[in-house]
Amino acid sequence: MRGAPVIGRPSLRPAPRAAQPRHHILYPPRRRRYVLPVLAFIGRRTAAFLGAFGRLGLFLADAVRALGDVRTWGRMLGQQMRRIGVDSLPIALFIAAFTGIVLALLASYTFTGAVPGYLVGTLVGKTLMMELGPVLTALALAGRVGATMAAELGTMRVTEQVDALETLAYNPIAYLVVPRVLAGTIMFPVVVAFAMATGLVTGWLAAISLLPISSAEFMRGLRLFYGPFDWQYGLIKSSSFGFAITTIGCFLGLGVRGGAEGVGNATMRTVVYSAAAVLVLDAYWAVTLLRTG
Amino acid sequence: MIAFADLHKAFGPKRVLEGFTLEVRDGETMVVIGGSGSGKSVAIKHVVGLLEPDAGHVAVDGQVVHELDRPALTALRARIGFVFQFAALFDSLTVGENVAFGLRRRRDLAASDVDDRVAHALALVDLAGTEQRMPAELSGGMRKRVGLARAIAIQPTYMLYDEPTTGLDPVTSAVIDELMVRTREALGVTSIVITHDMRSAYRVGDRIAMLYRGRIRQVGTAEEIRASEDPVVRGFIEGRPDERIFDTGRGGADAELTVGEPAP
Repeated sequence: MRGAPVIGRPSLRPAPRAAQPRHHILYPPRRRRYVLPVLAFIGRRTAAFLGAFGRLGLFLADAVRALGDVRTWGRMLGQQMRRIGVDSLPIALFIAAFTGIVLALLASYTFTGAVPGYLVGTLVGKTLMMELGPVLTALALAGRVGATMAAELGTMRVTEQVDALETLAYNPIAYLVVPRVLAGTIMFPVVVAFAMATGLVTGWLAAISLLPISSAEFMRGLRLFYGPFDWQYGLIKSSSFGFAITTIGCFLGLGVRGGAEGVGNATMRTVVYSAAAVLVLDAYWAVTLLRTG
Repeated sequence: MIAFADLHKAFGPKRVLEGFTLEVRDGETMVVIGGSGSGKSVAIKHVVGLLEPDAGHVAVDGQVVHELDRPALTALRARIGFVFQFAALFDSLTVGENVAFGLRRRRDLAASDVDDRVAHALALVDLAGTEQRMPAELSGGMRKRVGLARAIAIQPTYMLYDEPTTGLDPVTSAVIDELMVRTREALGVTSIVITHDMRSAYRVGDRIAMLYRGRIRQVGTAEEIRASEDPVVRGFIEGRPDERIFDTGRGGADAELTVGEPAP
C-alpha cells in the first residue's frame, strides 16, 4: 500500500494557506507585550529585596538576643578585635599616609593666589578627620574585613561546621556573629583614629617639605576652624561603618547555599553591598549632623 | 526513643520527605538506607532541630523537637552526638580543641576533667596522642574518627551518623564500623546510621530501614532485608542501576534523571 495515507500521523506537507488574508483594520496585528514581563520582573526583584531586608531584620534580632550569651561570645571578642583592628592597621595607615600628602598638594594647587597658604592645614585636617579618613578606611576594610568574614562563615556553612556548632549546643549567632559585629563596631573607630593621625602627619610633612608653607602656618590653619566635633563626627561614622560591614559580611556568609560558587558570590556581594552601605551611611550622617540652618 | 511521625519536608518544588514514619527503640542501632538524594540526611537533621518539618514531627523521648524553645533544644542537643558526613571539624582548632569543644562550656567539668574526657574519646577511636595536630594534617578516615571522638566526648544518649563510611576505602570503612559498634557497647547509646553502604549496614545495624520516595519502604532485621522480595529493596541492596536512578527522580532539580516507574 505504497503512498496510502497513514492515519494518525501528522502530514509533512505544509498546511494550506488561508484563501483571503484577514483585513488589518478588523484584525490588527498582535502587539508584542512588553509591559507584563517588565512588571513581573520588577515585582520579583522588589519581593526579593524586601524578603532580604526581612531576613536581615530577623538576623539582627537574633544577634541582639544572643548578646545575653556572654559566655559564648566573650572569649571570642578579643581575638576578633585583634583580627579586625590590629591586623587592619597596615593597610589603613598606608592609605591615610598617601591621602594626607595628596590633600596637602591639592589644597595648595587649588588655593594658590586666592586664599592664604595656611588654609592648606585647614583643608587637610577637616577632610581627613571628617570625610576621607573614615570613608577611605571603611572602603578598604569592606574588602579586607567584610570579604574575609563572608568567605570564612560561608565556608563554615557549606562544610557543615555551622551545623556542627549547633549540634554541640552552641548558638552560632552568639559564637560567630556577635563577637565579629561588636569587634567591628569598636575597632573601626580605633583604626580610623590612627589613620587620621597618620594622614595629618604626612600632610604636614608634605606641606613643609614640598610647599612654601611653614610648620607654624600649617598648624595655624589646622587649628583655625577646628572643634572636637570634627574627630567625634569621624569616629561616630566609622563605628557605624564597622557595624554595617561586619553585619553584611556575617549575614551573607551564614546565608551561603551551595559550594564554592555560593561562597564566591557571598564574598563579592559583601564587598559591593558594604561599599554601598558606607556611602549611604556617609550621606546619612552628613544630612543628620552637618546640616546647618 | 526517637520517633519520626508522618514527616514531610520540601525544598522549593523538590519534595524530599513525604510521610516519613519510623521508630527507633532505646538501645538499638537503626540503619537507614536509600539512594543518594533520597532524604536520609534531611530526616536525621530534624532530630537535632537543624531543620524544621513542613508537616509531621520528630519526637525524642516524647519531646517534639521543633516545638522546643532554645534552652530546651540546647539541652536536648547536649544529649545527642552527631557525626557529620565530612566530619565538619573546625579548621582553626587542633584535634584536642575540636574534641573538647562541646565540653568547654559545661560548668560541671573542670579543665582537667575535660582533658581526661578528650584523651579517653581519642583513645576510643585509636587516635590517642593526636591532640596537638591540626585537622588539615589528617587523612579522611582520621578526620571521621576525630568527628566521632568529638561526638563521643559529650557522652551522649543518642548518636546520629550521617554517612560515616562514604568516601573511605573498604578497610577504613570496616574500622569505622568497628568503632560504631565499640561506641555502642561502651556508651550504650541508641544510634541512627545513615548509609548507602550495604556491608556497613549489615555490620552495624540491629534493624535496617529503606527510605524510598520520601517514606519508609521496609523496616526489618538484616536477615529480613536480605531476604526481602520487594523489588525496590532488592534493587537497592543488589545495586541494580535502574532501581537507583528512578529513586532520585521525584521532581525538582533531579527530574531529568527519571527513567521510568519501577517494575511491579
